[in-house]
Amino acid sequence: MADIAIRQDPQLMATNPPLVHADGYHDLTEQISTIVEGDVFKTPLKYWITLSITGSIVLLLGAMLTYLVSTGIGVWGNNRPIGWAWDITNFVFWIGIGHAGTLISAILFLFRQRWRTSINRSAEAMTLFAVMCAGIFPLFHTGRPWRAYWLMPVPNTDLNMWQNFRSPLIWDVFAVSTYLTVSALFWFTGLVPDLATIRDRATTKVRQWVFGFLSLGWRGSARHWSNYEVAYLILAGISTPLVLSVHSIVSFDFATSVIPGWHTTIFPPYFVAGAIFSGFACVMTLLIIARWALNLHNLITIKHLENMNKIILVTGSFVGYAYCTEFFIAWYSGGVYERFTFVNRAFGPYAWAAWTMYSCNVFIPQLYWFKKMRTSIPVMFMISITTNIGMWFERFVIIVTSLHRDFLPSSWGYFKPTWVDICTFTGTVGLFLTLFLLFARFLPMIAMSEVKGVWAKEKQLFAKETVGHH
Amino acid sequence: MAIDIEQIKDKLGFGEDKIYAVMGEFSDPHDLVHAGRRIREMGYTKIDAMSPFPVHGIDAAIGVPYSKLGWIVICIALCGSATALLLQWWCGTYNYPLVIGGKPLFDFSFSIPITFELTVLFSAFASVIGMFAMNGLPRLYHPSANYRLAHRATDDRFILLVEADDPKFDPQITAEHLKSVGAGTVEVVIG
Repeated sequence: MADIAIRQDPQLMATNPPLVHADGYHDLTEQISTIVEGDVFKTPLKYWITLSITGSIVLLLGAMLTYLVSTGIGVWGNNRPIGWAWDITNFVFWIGIGHAGTLISAILFLFRQRWRTSINRSAEAMTLFAVMCAGIFPLFHTGRPWRAYWLMPVPNTDLNMWQNFRSPLIWDVFAVSTYLTVSALFWFTGLVPDLATIRDRATTKVRQWVFGFLSLGWRGSARHWSNYEVAYLILAGISTPLVLSVHSIVSFDFATSVIPGWHTTIFPPYFVAGAIFSGFACVMTLLIIARWALNLHNLITIKHLENMNKIILVTGSFVGYAYCTEFFIAWYSGGVYERFTFVNRAFGPYAWAAWTMYSCNVFIPQLYWFKKMRTSIPVMFMISITTNIGMWFERFVIIVTSLHRDFLPSSWGYFKPTWVDICTFTGTVGLFLTLFLLFARFLPMIAMSEVKGVWAKEKQLFAKETVGHH
Repeated sequence: MAIDIEQIKDKLGFGEDKIYAVMGEFSDPHDLVHAGRRIREMGYTKIDAMSPFPVHGIDAAIGVPYSKLGWIVICIALCGSATALLLQWWCGTYNYPLVIGGKPLFDFSFSIPITFELTVLFSAFASVIGMFAMNGLPRLYHPSANYRLAHRATDDRFILLVEADDPKFDPQITAEHLKSVGAGTVEVVIG
């Protein structure tokens, strides 16, 4: 399946350094499994300190949500005319982060990008955790999260009616819940062969039972792999349009309205490009930390990081192009409200937010035109952070600046987040990091079976190369 | 009441004296494919391999037919599309018609997003559940685990085996055949 790459020019292979460094299959197993198998009590102290900090932030999230539910939605800064504010900004931000995971696991798989194997597992995990964080915001924005089942077509006796299937908001419910489910299935399917590896290496009863249960009796039979590869291909094939549909549908929430600044047809591709852009930046942040903390330099090489930086540059430029188009169309359309919105966006009360977004998303990533910048860890770490800040501000700018100037000047307003807004968002960051830390410690963070396949192929290509020249 | 464990084992088909297969191992995937092809040429039909990652060419070498999973998935996917369309049509026009903004009660254009999402959801479940079901998983026990190096099949060994219900199977001769194609640690596996 992944053997198309074998048809690549061997000359080309020789000039490119190998993707992963290992002495053999067993060495690869060792490098990845030992992280999972280490004695829990011997985990480095820095891990526990980090986990306790992020864990405390999760408690903060719990406290904020409890306060919100017990008091009411007014504890957030949402007002008239800004009915959607930080909550929807955060929702779109987190959903966008998730998209990189699916892009890496599905789209890069279909394009036979072998370098994805070192990073796809952690990117998929990131998708799952980001979508979980995203779900919190609209769920609690409803004000009555215990009525959440009203969003689903579940026959019930207290609502006694059906959802309005003509509304993009209900499409969003279907899109996001499908996305979460499919991502979880894809992630678990990829994990099963690796869980079997851990099971077969288990030295303790507990690990034997836990991983024996989770790996479902996988034994790596040729018949298993035959079905597995087809299942994986189908999952990749359906996840690709899925990931494009999810952010398109999220953008419909805005684009189908009549608000100037929202009512544009460019939104679906613009949102998808932005989502991939922010998601890659987030994968980058996490991988740089994990690579350093878990000593994964052999498996996540500069080559991987450089490839990701190229994607960040491309998608960042898409986003910059979309910004230009928006301004052009606002002028060219001749709509007075549309023109006002965009002049106001760049020079109005929220100009600081708009210029933060332009700088972080469009100007700073241009540094990646230089190879030196693309391959420097401190530079890429910094840019990954600024990109995330910039993309958060993009959603903030789209949502809040479009709403704060209503059609009637008497309805104009300004939004300021309350401490509950800030602590809730911080809380979801804590939840995201906690889940990621637990994943990185207790599950194989790199897809062993896939990396082994890549390694086998590379070994073969290099061997051919050597033979050919002698 | 005494339960005869041997009788139960016998009924379930893994009595202790039953031979499951002759198994041997390789440390390189290409040797596995090569050996698999030669074993198949000797006339064996019930051949299987175990490997830590999908080995290219092994399916053709030992005669594993191409997976039929795709057909299952496409059927379930169409069920997903049908479910979504029926749901939106039945709720919107029949069970509880509600005029909102003068929009039609049902139309294919606005039902595209939900139809697409449910199609994807159904196919994802079909491919994952279908894949495990076709592999006979989850299962608690498999006789291949009795092979001395079975635990290395998920690590760095490539195992070739000929099952005992192969018409050409004979423990001694088959073991010799496996050795002759280069397999190491050849064992008659019981279970």
